Amino acid sequence: MFSKFSGGVHPPEQKNTESCAIEVMPAPEKVYIPFSQHTGKPAKPLVDKGDEVKIGTKIGELDGFISASVHASVSGKVLNIVDHPHPVIGTSLCCVVESNNNDDWVSDLKAGQDIGGMTEKQLLDAVKEAGIVGLGGAAFPTHVKLAPPKGKKIDTLIINGCECEPMLTADHRLMLEYATAIIEGARIFQKILHASSLVFGIEDNKKDAVELFGREGIGVVRLKTKYPQGAEKQLIKAILKREVPRGGLPMDVGCVVHNVGTCYAALMAAKFRKPLIDRILTVAGDGVKEMKNILVRIGTPVSDVIEYCGGYVETPKKIIFGGPMMGIAQYSDNVPVIKGTSGILVWQDARVVEEGPCVRCASCVDTCPMGLMPTEICSFVKNKNFEMAKAYGVLDCIECGCCAYTCPAGIPLVHYFKYGKSEVWRMSK
Amino acid sequence: MKEILVVSASPHITSKHKTSTAMRVVIAALLPALAYATYLFGLRVLFVTLVSVAAAVGCEALMQRMLGRKITVTDGSAILTGLLLAFNLPPGVPWWLPAAGSAFAIIFAKQLFGGLGYNFINPALAGRAFLMASWPSLMTKEWLAPVGGTLSGIDGVTAATPLSLLKNPANYGDPQLLIRQLSDFETVRNVFFGKIGGCIGETSALLLLIGGLFLIFLKIIDYRIVIGYLGSFALLAWLLPTQGSVLFHLFAGGLFLGAFFMATDWVTSPVTRKGRWIFGIGCGVITIIIRVWGGYPEGVSYSILLMNVFTPFIDKLTKERVFGELPKKGVKK
Repeated sequence: MFSKFSGGVHPPEQKNTESCAIEVMPAPEKVYIPFSQHTGKPAKPLVDKGDEVKIGTKIGELDGFISASVHASVSGKVLNIVDHPHPVIGTSLCCVVESNNNDDWVSDLKAGQDIGGMTEKQLLDAVKEAGIVGLGGAAFPTHVKLAPPKGKKIDTLIINGCECEPMLTADHRLMLEYATAIIEGARIFQKILHASSLVFGIEDNKKDAVELFGREGIGVVRLKTKYPQGAEKQLIKAILKREVPRGGLPMDVGCVVHNVGTCYAALMAAKFRKPLIDRILTVAGDGVKEMKNILVRIGTPVSDVIEYCGGYVETPKKIIFGGPMMGIAQYSDNVPVIKGTSGILVWQDARVVEEGPCVRCASCVDTCPMGLMPTEICSFVKNKNFEMAKAYGVLDCIECGCCAYTCPAGIPLVHYFKYGKSEVWRMSK
Repeated sequence: MKEILVVSASPHITSKHKTSTAMRVVIAALLPALAYATYLFGLRVLFVTLVSVAAAVGCEALMQRMLGRKITVTDGSAILTGLLLAFNLPPGVPWWLPAAGSAFAIIFAKQLFGGLGYNFINPALAGRAFLMASWPSLMTKEWLAPVGGTLSGIDGVTAATPLSLLKNPANYGDPQLLIRQLSDFETVRNVFFGKIGGCIGETSALLLLIGGLFLIFLKIIDYRIVIGYLGSFALLAWLLPTQGSVLFHLFAGGLFLGAFFMATDWVTSPVTRKGRWIFGIGCGVITIIIRVWGGYPEGVSYSILLMNVFTPFIDKLTKERVFGELPKKGVKK
């Protein structure tokens, strides 16, 4: 079944690592665990310099409604609580833990709980306690998405297995290797939300995953391979033909979307009391010797990850956290892997495009999946006319990058929109 | 790590589709028509075209230098303007006419408004309008008969192009007979394949059609403008009291050149989908109005220039529907 949303682009998929089975990377010597790895308020530190921690020790307590706890990902000693480079927000307070190489756990992982006997409240608490956030990249605290305000009825739970970003294959591998666990995790979400239907959305470039989930007897929608198929609003439109209203949330149209990785993490949390201390990510690009899909401890510095993957080919020019369309370029390779890191791309080439004048070709208008007019918004932002930029919907931009990808003049439209958004927000304060 | 990493906003990849490659592809799509015109009217065609292109490129470089801008003649846009201007000239014009037209197009219509992307009307058509206003006789008389055919496409009538013959048939013989002859299969075939007189680039509807379809296939030009233009034109040619058949009107004159290569100019046409339909339909309506009731035999270039002027308003009035705006009824809450 093919459904669709309007706009979008078809960048080369470059899924070179799709047949690389997930490898487990051993704990590094030191981890740098930021207290802010999610949308919302940073966690409050619970440990001090010199404290001994085990894997799973809660080192940061969620603070406020939209926040998430963080846990130690290695066993050893807390060396310091200090500001450290952060892949998304520049710098952030981090807990530096030196590993004693024992990999001691706080809980006994083998003692699986009977999740069937747990109440919705117990399941939700398990997810909240484990510090789970959306693992697709946005890192929104999962327990918040699982507790819609009263009056919002959720009828459909969509599990996002699109992985529409080029080069990334971590979700694909996870689906192939842990299909039953993902489905069990999804059932937990479904139970908490009282959603009557559960459906998986998977792009048709992952036919093996589509078939596998189909065989498990679960509802799967095979979606056209088109970027940004995995963007929440576009996915809902493609599967349910519902449009999330402007400025609204998926729950406004009766659904909630979770990533496959988040489902897996939720099962681990509910069944084994395992907090979110590691994640699967893709390491790819021409600047790294061995491309891999690996299970990495949260807080592992990029340099250690690259070393595990055979090292750099040459001194790299660009390191990206995430995919090539929406990923964030890093200024240093000592930033740590965080909960939302879906991939690490290492490029030998910086690929800087010179910005030319807009020739009004309208490619951006044609490809914008949000129905915006990127070229018009861009001129308003350039002229610092933020009122008009807002009127033309700069705040509706999901920063998917289709416009800048397709622009023949090489205009970095998303760059201008990020700036425009921050100015609009500043104005409204 | 000692080297400095490059930090830039996402996305970190871009498509291969660039302004300069698009310009080159459009130029390539026009070359078959140029080659055919050279065969029809002789080497003179190449000379006129070369002068036009050279003047356009020269003026672009000169203006960019004088205005302290980066010289970007390699992007192909000035070459394309020169080429399109030459396509809009009769083949027999003196050598300085294309030079004057290109200079006006580049200096006044393009560079003084800010260069590529900022001109509000199609530079080549502005150049043509300037020449029509300044040297009307050169622009309407310097026709050459095609090899193995007549200027009008009809045997025996050698003093007028098909459209001027249609406009004033009484000047050339029995009006009823001539109009009937113009709509003959024979004449329409001549007009379609280009065995007629006319401006350098407009004669062969077939070659322009092939080039244009190629550009639509590559998504360089927008099908909405082309279909809107040709569709509204054909419909009105059928409905209105036009002389001559619908097919004759479609293939004659500069309609295909205009619809595929000039109305679709990125810079001067709307960016919204609805806007491009309106723009195309507007061009079609104005063209037929000029052909039927206007003073000129042909209305393509003025129709496009007029619609160019409306482009900013069209964009403003046809904003795209933002995702999630006014959700349709029946959406479950």
